[in-house]
Amino acid sequence: MATHDITLTVNGAAESLTVESRTLLVHALRDDLGYTGPNVGCESGKCGACTVEVDGDAVKSCTILAVQTDGSDVRTAAGLADEGLDPVQQAFHDEHGLQCGYCTPGMLATTHQLLDENPDPSRAEIRTALKGNVCRCTGYGNIVDAVETAADRLAETDDESEARADAPELEAED
Amino acid sequence: MFPAEFDYERAASVGEALDAINEHADADVEILAGGHSLVPAMKTEGRSPDVVVDLDVPALDAINALSDRTVVGALTTYATIADSKAVRANAPLLAETAAEVGDLQIRNRGTIGGNLAEAHPGADLPAAVLASDAIVLLRHRDGKREVPATDFFRGDGETAVERDELLTGVRIPHTDDAGVAYAKKTHPATGYAMVGVAAVVEVDDGDGAAERTVSGARVAATGAVDRAVRLPSVEDALAGEPLEEGTIEAAAGEAQADIEAEKLRSDAYASGEFRAELLSTYTARALESAAERVADDPPTA
Repeated sequence: MATHDITLTVNGAAESLTVESRTLLVHALRDDLGYTGPNVGCESGKCGACTVEVDGDAVKSCTILAVQTDGSDVRTAAGLADEGLDPVQQAFHDEHGLQCGYCTPGMLATTHQLLDENPDPSRAEIRTALKGNVCRCTGYGNIVDAVETAADRLAETDDESEARADAPELEAED
Repeated sequence: MFPAEFDYERAASVGEALDAINEHADADVEILAGGHSLVPAMKTEGRSPDVVVDLDVPALDAINALSDRTVVGALTTYATIADSKAVRANAPLLAETAAEVGDLQIRNRGTIGGNLAEAHPGADLPAAVLASDAIVLLRHRDGKREVPATDFFRGDGETAVERDELLTGVRIPHTDDAGVAYAKKTHPATGYAMVGVAAVVEVDDGDGAAERTVSGARVAATGAVDRAVRLPSVEDALAGEPLEEGTIEAAAGEAQADIEAEKLRSDAYASGEFRAELLSTYTARALESAAERVADDPPTA
């Protein structure tokens, strides 16, 4: 059996492990390392429940070999906030953007990439971005609401940080 | 679902990949790029290679925009192609088509080289490279081979790539002032095209005549039969005709003339007859969009 020693950074922590050639990233994360954020859904690259960020991109971890990600930086839903909930997670909570919650970790990872690239998406753009994340409770209306709310809150946060960034310059004028 | 066991080798250069292919000449070798066709197939469709050669070749993850052509490396992802300013400016049909592939996560990972080499009959990019008159670039241990897209796709999963060859990229001639469009009926579960049509429409502005004439057109369809194909009857119906609604309608009416009815793909989701109807409808839509764009953007005098 062909095995490989790989290293990953997962949610900021350095991890070393030995995987088979055929081990999928989602199984390495869940079974070998105990990061249970990504869920195993369709196992065929369609449902998006296993979505994690690899080097900043939302990807389906059931369709990637763990050995391919040697040296990569992986972030799961559990790594989104240092403590409590991050703004996207909080918005899903507030808008009831989940029912059973199985798809939610994947939804969160994809939403993060969407809002990084398009901070003020339309409802149509949100639906297009989340096309690869299937909710079998079919609660899509609230999910789209949650992404809109998260975008609004992140925009407010950005305004505040811009205001703070300006402050030292005002002081320097004296 | 797990793939069966296999040996994994990482190739850091084209040379290393070709060496690996040759070294395992007696084994079942698969080339791994983004893995979004290969890995699902290894889990469910009985592909069980002895050796998987993973391409980890930065030189193939590159876009080289030249004066009259753009070369896209085999490991360039759909997302990179769709977002690339160079591709959007010079080969907009490829960028537009790449943006229609699968979903966001698939576009982050899947590559143009993998897409073309896998030759799925419903894949989007083959239609775009056919309508672009692109050249597929292959390497083997002793040299190179260039295959026109029109000679590349041979059937479902069948291409011109020989066993000892590696697909390294695609050369796309620039379409400049042409109007281009890709129109697709998406399979809602798989994201592949049930039928997709890519169109490039070029016009001749003549001597400032009020009516513009189609000087040439290239139209290609995916999803209809076992491979992406050009639609020469549609192209012929456009060439030399005035760029107007009647011309487009007549040309789209020719779409089914280039497809043998018994070769239409038929499955639980869509019958061959339905795909034939889709082919006519989406040919018309692609031509309408391409014509609008060429009309929106007349070349400056």
